[in-house]
Amino acid sequence: MTDVDSRGRPIVAVTGIGLVTPLGFGVAKNWAALLAGTSGIRRITRFPTNDLRTTIAGTVDLPEEAEGRVLTATPRVTRMATLAAEEALAEAGLEGGAFPGPLMLGMPPVEVEWPHRFELARRVAPDAATYPALTLAATGWSELYETAAFQTVGETLAARFGTRGSPVAVTTACATGASAIQLGVEAIQRGETEAALAIGADGTVQPEALIRFSLLSALSTRNDDPTGASRPFEKNRGGFVMSEGAACLVLESLSHARARGARILGLVRGAGEKSDSFHRTRSNPDGSAVIRAMRNAIEDAGLTPADISYVNAHGTGTPENDKMENLAMRAVFGDAAPPISSNKSMIGHTLSASGAIEAAFSLLAIRDQMLPPTINHVEPDPAITLDVVPNVARAAKVENVLSNSFGFGGQNVCLVLSGAPN
Amino acid sequence: MEIWITGIGLVSAAGEGRAAHLAALAASTPAPVDAESHAPFPLHPAPALELDRQIPKKGDQRQMEPWQRLGTYAAGLALDDAGARALVAEMDLIVAAGGGERDMALDESVLAALAALPPAEAALQLNALLAGGLRPTLFLAQLSNLLAGNISIVHGVTGASRTFMGEEQAGADAVRIAAARLAEGRGQAALVGGAFVAARWDLMVLYHSAGLLRQGGFAPVFARDEAPGAIPGTLGAFLVLETADSARARGARGLARVMGVACEQARRDQADGSAAAARRALDRLALPEGPLAVLSGATGGAVPTAAEREFLAGLARDVTLRAAGSRLGWGVEASFPASLALGALMLSEGVLPPSLEAAEAPFEAPPTDLLVTGFGAWRGEALAHLQAIPAEEQP
Repeated sequence: MTDVDSRGRPIVAVTGIGLVTPLGFGVAKNWAALLAGTSGIRRITRFPTNDLRTTIAGTVDLPEEAEGRVLTATPRVTRMATLAAEEALAEAGLEGGAFPGPLMLGMPPVEVEWPHRFELARRVAPDAATYPALTLAATGWSELYETAAFQTVGETLAARFGTRGSPVAVTTACATGASAIQLGVEAIQRGETEAALAIGADGTVQPEALIRFSLLSALSTRNDDPTGASRPFEKNRGGFVMSEGAACLVLESLSHARARGARILGLVRGAGEKSDSFHRTRSNPDGSAVIRAMRNAIEDAGLTPADISYVNAHGTGTPENDKMENLAMRAVFGDAAPPISSNKSMIGHTLSASGAIEAAFSLLAIRDQMLPPTINHVEPDPAITLDVVPNVARAAKVENVLSNSFGFGGQNVCLVLSGAPN
Repeated sequence: MEIWITGIGLVSAAGEGRAAHLAALAASTPAPVDAESHAPFPLHPAPALELDRQIPKKGDQRQMEPWQRLGTYAAGLALDDAGARALVAEMDLIVAAGGGERDMALDESVLAALAALPPAEAALQLNALLAGGLRPTLFLAQLSNLLAGNISIVHGVTGASRTFMGEEQAGADAVRIAAARLAEGRGQAALVGGAFVAARWDLMVLYHSAGLLRQGGFAPVFARDEAPGAIPGTLGAFLVLETADSARARGARGLARVMGVACEQARRDQADGSAAAARRALDRLALPEGPLAVLSGATGGAVPTAAEREFLAGLARDVTLRAAGSRLGWGVEASFPASLALGALMLSEGVLPPSLEAAEAPFEAPPTDLLVTGFGAWRGEALAHLQAIPAEEQP
C-alpha cells in the first residue's frame, strides 16, 4: 500500500478526534446523541435574554460557568479547544509530549467585550466613560490585551500542546473549521511537516453576537420550541440557530502514522475551495462558487462524483442556503445525488467550529457505516429534492464523504473524508 | 518554483503607491506624525484617498468602514501595480486581518447609561440598548473575514480565500503560506496583505492595556529607550506574489524574488526567548555569506526591540540596518507585508535609504539580498529573505 496519493502527495491520515458540542463532551457521547436524533438546542440561561428576538441557542455549559462566572470568548474558545485536543491526542497516543507539527486553529474574531468595557468604565467613574478615558484607565491591565488579542488562543494552545512554529489562526466565517483542516492537510502534503493539529472552535454565544445575527435576519425565532428550531431542508425552516463547540483532528502523513503504529481512523483525501464575488452574505443564486468548491474537493481527492457515498451538508436551515445547496447538489451529482444530512438540525450552527465538527462526524459515519439524520423533518419542502436522511439515522455503505462549508463573505470550503486504507 | 513579487499596493502616511514610497525611502525625515488627535499617543495618519479610484461603487463603499475600505483600496493598487487584473478569477487571496471598527458613540452611550448600575442590572438593560442601537451593516464591516470578502466582491479575486488572525504574525504567515502554495504549483498568483487604521481608540484601548504604545513625540524605532512603544501608522499593504514562470509568460517585471519566509513564536514561559526563536527561523533560510542588509520591522516596544538587537548581534556579521517602522509606523497585521513591499522597492530601484538614527549605518554597496524581520510587539518572530532579480532574468 502506497503512502502517496494519485498526485504524488503524502496521504493525510486522521489518528485522533476530539469533540465538544451542545450534545456533550467527547466523541462517544456526541455520536450516540447524534445517531439518536437528539437536539442540543435549548433556552439560553447563561445571560439575560430579555429584548432579544432569539432566546435559544446551542450552548456548551462549562464547569467554571456553573457558579455564574462570566467568561468572554477567548477563555471559552480556549477551554473548548483544549478539551477537544486532549481527547484527540489521547486517542492518537500523542498526549503528554510535544506535538510533532504546527497548530492550525479555526476560531472566531475576538475583541474587547462588554464585561471589560464596564470594568474600565467603573475605573473611570465618576468621569464620563469616553474611549480616551477608557484607554487611559486600561494602563497596566495586560490581561485585557491577552483576552482580546487574536494571538492569545493560539498561543495558549501552542504552549499547552507543544506544537511547532507559529500557530496559525484562520477565519473564513462559517467555513473556518474546514479551512483549519485544509491548512493542516496542505502543510503535510507539501512536506512541510509530518503532522498537524487542526482545531475548529467557537464560543461566542453572547448578547451582542446574537443581536448582530438577528439584525441580519439570519436566526430562527422559534423560541417556544427550541429542539424544533433548527430545521434544515424542511419547509418551515426559518434561519439558523447559533451554537458553539469545538472539534480537533490529529492529522499525520500516512507514513508517519504507520511508522509509529498509530490506529488510522480515516483520511482527509481532498479539499477544495472557491470564493464568491457576488454578495457579502448571499451566495450567487447560480450556485457557481459553491458548485466549484464541491467539484474542486472531489477532483482534489482523485475521485468522481459517483464515488461520494454521503454528503455532510452545510445545511444551516436558512431558506436561502438550503435551496442553494440543493441546486449545487443537483449540479454536481445530477439525478444520482447521494444522501445528504445536516448535523446542524441537532447541534445548531457552531460557526467557526462547524467545519471541523462536521468533518469529525463525517469520519464517524464512515467508521460505523451510519448516516446521522436531519431531524425536525416534518413537512418536506418541494424545492428540496434530496434524500436528507429524515429524522432517523440509517445504516449505509459509506466510503467517501463530502463535507460542505459555505461562509458569509463568500468563502466556500469542501473536504472529502474517506476510510482507512486496507 | 521561483516566486516573485510582481506588484505592491502601499498606502501609508507617506501617501499611496510606488512613487510616494520611493520618496519616503529616499527621505531623511519620518512620515507625518499626528501628535494631537489621540494624545497622549502619537500616530502616523491616513493620507487622503480618492476611494472611487479603487472602489468604484458607492454601494460597496457604504458597506464598509475605514479599515475594510483601506484594505480593499490597497489590494486594488497591488493588482494594478502588477498589471494582474486578468488573473484575479483564479488568484489566491490571503488576508491578515484585525477586527473592524466598533460604533464608539453607541459604546459610550451604553456605558453612560449602564456603567453605574450593579452588573446584573446592567446586563438586563444591555440587550435593549444594543438591539436598538446596532446598525445591521456594521456587523459586516466588523467581521475580520469580510475584508477578504470585499476584495473578492470589488476586485473579483476568487481563488482560494483565507483570512489569518494574530496581529503581526498573521501578516507573516499569510505571505509564508501564499508563497508556499505557489511554490508547490497550486496556482500562479496570490494577493496577500493586510490593512490597519491607526486612528482608532477602540484598538488603542487594547494595545495600551499591554503597554504597546509610545507616548511622546516621534523617535526612530531603535532610539526609543526613554519612552519605548510603537507609534501606530495607518497602513494598507498588499503584494502580488507570482511564480516567475507566470510573470515571464505575461511579460511582467518582478520587483524581487521571495527566497524564503520563516515564522516562529517564542514560548515566553520557557528559557528560549524571542531571539532564539528568530534564530530557529533563520536556520530555515539560505542567506548568502558576508555583509547583510536588514530591513527591520521593529515596533519600538522595549522587549521585542531588545530581542531583535540580541538576534542581530548574534548573527556575528556586518549588518546594515534600516527600520521600516521609522518610515511607516506600526501597522500590526499590515506590517510584515508592508516591510516586504518596501524591501522589494529598495531592491528593484536600487534605493539606499539615508540613515534616520545611529543604529542605521551607511550602506557600503547596494544590497542584492535583504533580510526582512518582524518581531511582533507582543508575540511572534518572522523573517523573510528577498533577493534582487538581475535584469537578464526579467522578461
